[in-house]
Amino acid sequence: MVKKIKRSDGRAPDELRKPYIIKAGVVKRAQGSALVQSGKTIVIAAVYGPKKVIPKHLEDRDKAILRCRYNMITFSVKDRKKPGPDKRSVEISKVIANALSRVVMLEEYPRTLIDVDLEVIQADAGTRVAALTAASVALADAGIAMKDLMPAVAAGRANGQILLDLTKEEEDAEDAVDMPFAYIPSTGEITLLQMDGIVDLNEIKKMIDLAKKGAQQIYELQVKALKERYAALATLSEVVK
Amino acid sequence: MYLLKRKKGDYMEDKNMEIVYPGSVIIDSLDVIPGQNVYRVGSKVISKRVGIVVKKGSIINVVPLNGVYIPKVGDFVIGEIVDIGVSFWVVDINSPYDAYLGIYDTKDFIEKESDLADYYDVGDLIFAKISKVTRTKFVNVTLKDPQAKKLGKGMVINVTPSRVPRIIGKGGSMIKLIKERTNTRIYVGQNGAIWISGENMEIAAEAIFYVEEHSVVKGLTEKVAELLDKRLGDANGKKDKEE
Repeated sequence: MVKKIKRSDGRAPDELRKPYIIKAGVVKRAQGSALVQSGKTIVIAAVYGPKKVIPKHLEDRDKAILRCRYNMITFSVKDRKKPGPDKRSVEISKVIANALSRVVMLEEYPRTLIDVDLEVIQADAGTRVAALTAASVALADAGIAMKDLMPAVAAGRANGQILLDLTKEEEDAEDAVDMPFAYIPSTGEITLLQMDGIVDLNEIKKMIDLAKKGAQQIYELQVKALKERYAALATLSEVVK
Repeated sequence: MYLLKRKKGDYMEDKNMEIVYPGSVIIDSLDVIPGQNVYRVGSKVISKRVGIVVKKGSIINVVPLNGVYIPKVGDFVIGEIVDIGVSFWVVDINSPYDAYLGIYDTKDFIEKESDLADYYDVGDLIFAKISKVTRTKFVNVTLKDPQAKKLGKGMVINVTPSRVPRIIGKGGSMIKLIKERTNTRIYVGQNGAIWISGENMEIAAEAIFYVEEHSVVKGLTEKVAELLDKRLGDANGKKDKEE
């Protein structure tokens, strides 16, 4: 049972950040795109493809290649971030690509490449889970065959409390532990679970349970975003003047 | 003029127009057969893509609302010659996969040791039929079909391939309306490329984009007719003024 305490932004321990917004179809020139805003964290995902693989020797004759590029914009954090890939962004790109390849039906598109570009516009902790949430909506928006949508959320501990969706402020606490988490709701398969710090087993179990609840809420928002995007197709707008 | 033949019951204009998304359970029953863009887990039939459910007897299909063109045998496509080999042409068919047109797949008699560029050069447009697709998606097209041909001067626009059936309409009604009103020649490829030639090309293109944007709506033909009347009226008014 989660104890009732007040967090610095007035949320309950098992509550997502406010506002939590998901929008599909924000980048016009991309095949599919999505924006996720979780509190002060904003991420835009854009999907290009399936397209031809260049250079050609990289292509796989049995399935598509999923390539992710996670990038933080220079002005996304307090101190200017040096542009270009670094150790952290290479790692995050890789774990996101691994998680996504569990839901995307890559074998339907042999000899192709699917590019997923993730741009962090504003960072306030939880960027990799926001990026993953956005990426799965963008892939669905691009019309790529998928088993399911994949919500992602972070759970963790700060000041002795188990919390959902930590902010940067909470993450900076002395005993803070942050655990990004992604899973497939229909199968219950966990596709991303990272953590550093010292926690006991009970706390991890609590964190996973909490994250699953949070992810379920995000899943509903993802569905809503996709429905909103395509509902416009079913309504007749006025004939342009 | 060419009209694409459509199979019965292929329409998006179905009574059941709920939008499904990847992972949404369409039906939980063993009496149905999963068709296109769906998969089965246990007794559940689940959608793979964002689209609209269309039931054909006991087969459940999802008609996608977006996505790239994946070649299928029997489709007619509009392609551009992008490269010439020793005995074949490479055709860009608006898809992740290039198509190949062999010398035996053309209507022309190709003389020995002649230059293939004399028959079809880079940049030429063709309206061809997909004759073969392998498991790893190597694609062959053919021009040996009464409807296939080389396309001349005109404008090519690209639309979302999954919305092409709506642009053609029931028995070709929509495209026929646009062609007759605007006095244009239009060829529609299943790959989403549409070739237009004639005096009111821009108006025809606008009408096609309008259909693409509202492809799920019922009673679209009347709206398109209204749009065409308005645009053609404006165009004629302008002409009269100039004279």
